[in-house]
This record gives sequence, structure tokens and C-alpha cells, in this order.
Amino acid sequence: MPRPGLSLLMPLVLMAFAAVLGWAFWLALTGQDGERLAGIALAQVPLSGVSNPVTAVLLNYRAYDTLLELGVLLSALLGIWSLGPAPPGFAPAALVFRGLVVLVVPALILVGGYMLWVGAHAPGGAFQGGALLAAAGVMLALSGRERAGLPAEAGLRVVVSLGVVVFVLVGLGLMLVGSGFLHYPLGIAKWLILAIETAATLAIGATLAAAYLGGLPRSRPRATRRS
Amino acid sequence: MTTQLIYGGAGILLFVIGLGSVLTRPGLWRRLIAINVMGSGVFQILVAVAYRGTAVPPDPVPHALVLTGIVVAVSATALALAFGQRLEDEDD
Amino acid sequence: MIDLPALAVSLPLLGALAAVVLPSRGGLFGLVAGALTTGVGLALAARVWLEGAVRSELGGWGAPLGIVLRADGLSAAFLAMAALVALAITVYAGRYFGGSERRRHFWPLWLLLWAALNGLFLAADLFNLYVMLELLGLAAAALGALAGTQEALAANLRYLLVGLLGSMTYLLGVALIYTAYGVLDLGLVAELISPGPVAASAFALMTGGLLLKAALFPLHFWLPPAHANAPAPVSAALSALVVKAAFYLVLRLWLEVFAPVLGPAVVVPLGLLGAGAVLWGSWRALRAERLKLLAAYSTVAQIGYLFIFFPLLAAIPAGAGREELLAAAVLFALTHGFAKAGLFLAAGAVQGAAGHDRIAELGATAQALPAATLAMALAGVALIGLPPSGSFTAKWILLERALSLGQWWWIPVVVVGTLLAAAYIFRFLGRAFRPEAAPQRFVTEPRAELPALALGLIAVFVLGLAALPLWDLIGISEAAR
Repeated sequence: MPRPGLSLLMPLVLMAFAAVLGWAFWLALTGQDGERLAGIALAQVPLSGVSNPVTAVLLNYRAYDTLLELGVLLSALLGIWSLGPAPPGFAPAALVFRGLVVLVVPALILVGGYMLWVGAHAPGGAFQGGALLAAAGVMLALSGRERAGLPAEAGLRVVVSLGVVVFVLVGLGLMLVGSGFLHYPLGIAKWLILAIETAATLAIGATLAAAYLGGLPRSRPRATRRS
Repeated sequence: MTTQLIYGGAGILLFVIGLGSVLTRPGLWRRLIAINVMGSGVFQILVAVAYRGTAVPPDPVPHALVLTGIVVAVSATALALAFGQRLEDEDD
Repeated sequence: MIDLPALAVSLPLLGALAAVVLPSRGGLFGLVAGALTTGVGLALAARVWLEGAVRSELGGWGAPLGIVLRADGLSAAFLAMAALVALAITVYAGRYFGGSERRRHFWPLWLLLWAALNGLFLAADLFNLYVMLELLGLAAAALGALAGTQEALAANLRYLLVGLLGSMTYLLGVALIYTAYGVLDLGLVAELISPGPVAASAFALMTGGLLLKAALFPLHFWLPPAHANAPAPVSAALSALVVKAAFYLVLRLWLEVFAPVLGPAVVVPLGLLGAGAVLWGSWRALRAERLKLLAAYSTVAQIGYLFIFFPLLAAIPAGAGREELLAAAVLFALTHGFAKAGLFLAAGAVQGAAGHDRIAELGATAQALPAATLAMALAGVALIGLPPSGSFTAKWILLERALSLGQWWWIPVVVVGTLLAAAYIFRFLGRAFRPEAAPQRFVTEPRAELPALALGLIAVFVLGLAALPLWDLIGISEAAR
């Protein structure tokens, strides 16, 4: 229970802190002409293999960051798995929810695939598609399927590592043929990016859904809890 | 510039509010949400910086940074939630 | 074409992926990937020493658009330490986890942590550093909780939250820098940065976030429980490598980016907090009842020494003089890395044999494991700073410099800290000299005790007597120019 003096001090300190930050931010904004990296990034987009600038940054200029970010996602899942088996799943859904799942989950999968494809030339991409697939998995989990539509453990381990595997292998392959780590040759850049994004979409969807389950699914059925 | 200042200032406010909550409020769930609010504040600043006016396309680099940042924050939150859930289960 | 920096990060990543897909073979993948990664790390350090800094422009896009990996003298030194310490931990962990269920979870996470370490030492891009820091933090917290106990879970959850807080603060600093200068590459930021409130705020934010991860007093509260409750190989990795990575970043950012534009006064608080850490950490280590808690508090104290170097470095203008002190600081960090890892591994061997780690009752077990006790003694020598260990050389240079720069007030702190360290080291080593039955063999468990012994020997003899190449290596540091 903070003392009265202390409980007044903290907001004052924070306000002062916010004021200093705001002042620094204002100075930072006004000191710049607003161009930053935008000019170079947008100018190089035709050479990147895609026409969506954000995808170009994510999958080409700063592909290494994306590779590691997939690694972060995987490490979180591995950490969750290390804590123990999953808690018992939900009871099987009643009529209305079951009907909803039948309609919505295929739509989610379809839109997720569309997001993946359209990411090359419009807003979208691997993460957006993967998030939609994960949402489909969460719906399946909520409706009582214990594995949320994911494969069994052996297959699941393959799917969740697929994104990083394809990314690293593409990078190392390009390095070995002399092009440089993750340096896509101009002609096949588009296809390499598509391959990486496809693997990443599946991996992200599976990882997020598996993380929602809260642990490795048990191998045999157990008493379920009411949803 | 005014637009950037408003949204960036709001981002700074979010960061500071989240920081205050993490430092002063007890409880795991509250702290976790506060950290996520801090993250949203930083991402908002980046998005504000990407705006270059309505005539030209925005700067794609901060957008990519925010996408990466969101995924990283979600992963960390998921792990922290799993830890917290496991601790609560063992307390019962 | 072989891109060593990219390989240093990709090899442990591939090993981790293999361990995810085939968890029953995790130990094998861990050993193979570990040996290869150590080889690449040492090869990279050797190349830097022979030919100068190594740059790798990933994706073919140079700065400012793409991400650059850079190995200069400073990173090469830390990379080499990480390679050797991580190899010792890998060998030890193969025996420690044996055939247990936990090894399925350990190996992928450990290899991911190693990849994050290498990536962090090689990174030259501010946002890339953020992603590396997060990977490092997540993997470390997950590994620490492998012990499975309630305390381990709570301690590592606290570690995770503190780490997240630090990363978010660091990221705000990065956002501020991008707003002001429009670049994320370290070299370009160093060129473009100018004195003013923006630089000061960015420094405060980034360093503040990193200090949480480096456990500098008084932000150290999360460290002792987290390190003491983790499994032995994980404690070794956390104390010797993960905390060191945060210190490395503070050093790198300050030397390369902020020191030219901010006055020397900004790092005086770092030195003062370091002094506090030395005294407080050593005192708590003296009072600790458990061996691993003692070692964890010792880490808090030794990190304090590292931060005392900062005000002294600031008082010397950039050039050969500062390089020499920088090399001493790096030598101290490296020696502590080897020594603390050796201590935790040996303590793990003793705890495994005795079933507990209460110092008062460890005497008989310590006597029965002479190799482990010798490793702990060597590590203790390096932690106290007795000759010929590397930390003796480093402390000597530190004291000499403090005197010559007129900042004599650090000297009593270092002396008191050293005395306290001697007290707590001898407190538990003395238990091993009671009259008990003579042990049967020198080495009881080779895969557990030999790595610890090797690390102790390196800390005391190799780094103490053969550390001269380090001075050449640091001379190749771009930061020191």
C-alpha cells in the first residue's frame, strides 16, 4: 500500500518523464526532413521481387530480422511446451457453435491463403495469413477438438519448425552458390519469397494455435472441462 | 508534422502509462497488460513516424518494424501467460 | 563462399530445428551443432585477429537499407568466450540431463539461446539487436524454468517480465533514434548523431533498458532467485553469458554511438551503481546459505566491477590509452565468464552427488569429488582476482588507472570487494578441507567435472598468462577509434 506521499510522487515523476520524452520526440521530428529510409526503400522495390513495399522490407531488405522473429515465435512455443502437458480441452460444442465453426473455419483458411498470395502486391503477407490460420485453430479448440485441428506431435513438430527451416536453408543455399546469405538473385526473388512465405504462414498458424492450447496435447483422451 | 506529433505524443503517453502501471501495480496479469500497453505505445510512435503526408506512400520500414515487434510481443506474452497459468495451477 | 558471421547464427539455429523435429536425438544434435558453432566462432575470432574486422552485408543490401553483421575486436573477444563456455556447457549438459524427459526441451532452447548470443555479438543494427535481445530473454527464461519447481517458475516469470520491460524501453530508444536520424545501422547512427536532448534521451532509454537485463544494482533483484533455481548448466549460461551480453551492448552503444556526443558525466552514475553492486553483492554472497545463491550474488558483484570501468574509460580521450583500459575491462568480463561458468558446473556436480547445495553440509561431498572442488577453487581464485588469473591483471590495471586519473574513490571499493570475495570463496572452500576419508579417484564423473575444470584453468592460467593477444584484438575494435 503506497504511502500518500509516494502515491503522489510517482505520477509526477511519470509526467515529467513523459514531458521530457515528448520534447525529445518533437526535436527529433523537426530536425528531420521526413525522408528517413522511405526514399531508398521505395526506390528499390522494383528490384525486390514483390511490389508491396512492406513485404519487400520484411522478406528482402530485412529478411534476417524476419528469420529471427520466426525463431522468437518458435522459442516461445518451446518454452510453453517445456512447462508440461496441455490442460484438458473444452467440451464438444453444442449445435449453434458447431454450425458456426463449420461455416467460419473454412472461410478463415481461405482468407488466410488469400492473404498470403496477395501480400506480394497489396497489404498482406505471411504473418497476416498465419494469424488467420491460428484464429481458425483457436475456434476449433474452443469447439472441443483437443488438438485444434493440428497434426499429432511428430507432424506438429515438423510444421512449427517449417518456417525457420525453409528460411535458413534458402539463406545458406544462396550463400553456398555464391550469391550471399539471403541475397536473392533478381529473377527468382519472387518465387523464393513466395516459398518462404508459404512455409512461414503454415508455421505461424500452427505455432500460435499450439501456443493457445497451452502445452503438448496429451496422447490419450482425458476428462474435459465445460466451456 | 502535426499529425505525427499528435499520434507520436499519444504513443509516448501510452508508454508512460504502461510503465507506471508496471512499476506500481501488483499482480501478474496487470503487469503483463501494462507491458503490452507500453509496446503499443512504441509501435504507435513508429507508425506516426512512417506517415509522410497524404500525397506520398508512407515509409515502409517502420511498418515492417512494427509487424516484427507485434509478433515478438505476442510470443513473449504467450510465454508469460503460460508461466502464470502454471503457477496458478500449482497454487491450487 | 563462406559467410562466417551468418554461419555463426545459422548453425545453432539448424541444430535447434533438428532437435525440435527429432527430440529423442536432441543430445546428438546438440553436440554436433555445438562443436560446429564453436569452430565457426573461434575461426571468426581468429580471422578478425589476423585480418581485421569482418563485415557481412546480409541480402546484398548494405546499410542503411539492409542489415549488416560486423565482427570487430570487441565482438570477436566475446564471441570466442561464448564459443568455449557454451561448448563446455554443452558437454556438461549431455551428461546432466542424460536420458531424462527434460532433455527434449533443453536442447532446442539451448541452441536457440546460443544462436541469439552469437547474433547479438555480431549485430550492427539497432532493431536487429532488439530481436536478438528478445530471443535471448525468452530462451533464457524458458530454460531457467526447466527445473520445474515452484520457485524456479516464479523466479523466471519475474525474469521474463523484467526482460520485457527492458526490451520495450530499449525499443523506445531505437524509435527515437530512427525518428531523429532516419537510420538503424550502428555505424551510420554514430556518424549522424549530434549532442542534444535527443541523444541524451535515447542513451537513457536504451541503457536503462539494458541495465535491467545486465542486473546492475539496484536493478539486480531478479537475478539471484532466477540463477540459483535454474538447472546447473542453465545457471552457468545465464551468469556467464546472458548477463555479459547485456553488458557488452551497453559498452558497445556507449563507446561507438554515445560517447562522442555526450559528456563523460553521463556514465558516472553507472560507476556509482557498480560500486554499490560490488559492495552489496559481495555482502549478500557472504551471507548466502546455498552455494548457487552465493554464486548468483557473486555475479551481481562482478557485474558491478565491470561498470566501474565506465567512468574511467570516459575520462580518457579516445585512442591508445582508452584501448588499453578497454582491453582490461574485456579481460575482466571474459575471465568472469569462464570462472562463473566453471563454478556453476562444478557446483552442479557437487549438488548432484549430495542432493542439496547448503554450504554448511557440503564438506564431505566436496572432498569426495576432488576434480570438482579443484575447479571451484580455480574459479574462486579468478573471482577473487588472485594472480595469475586474468581478473588480477584487469583489476590491477583498473586500480592503476583510477589512481593516475585522480579518481581514487574507486580504489577502496575494489579493495573491499576483493576482500569480501576472498571471504565468501574461502568460506565454502574451507569446508572441503575437513578431515574425511581420502577420495578414491580424482575424476568421478568426467563429462561433468572436466568441462568445469577446463573452464577454471582457462580463467586462471590462460587468460592470466596469455592474454596479450587480447590487447591486439581490442585494437581492432572500431569502437575504440
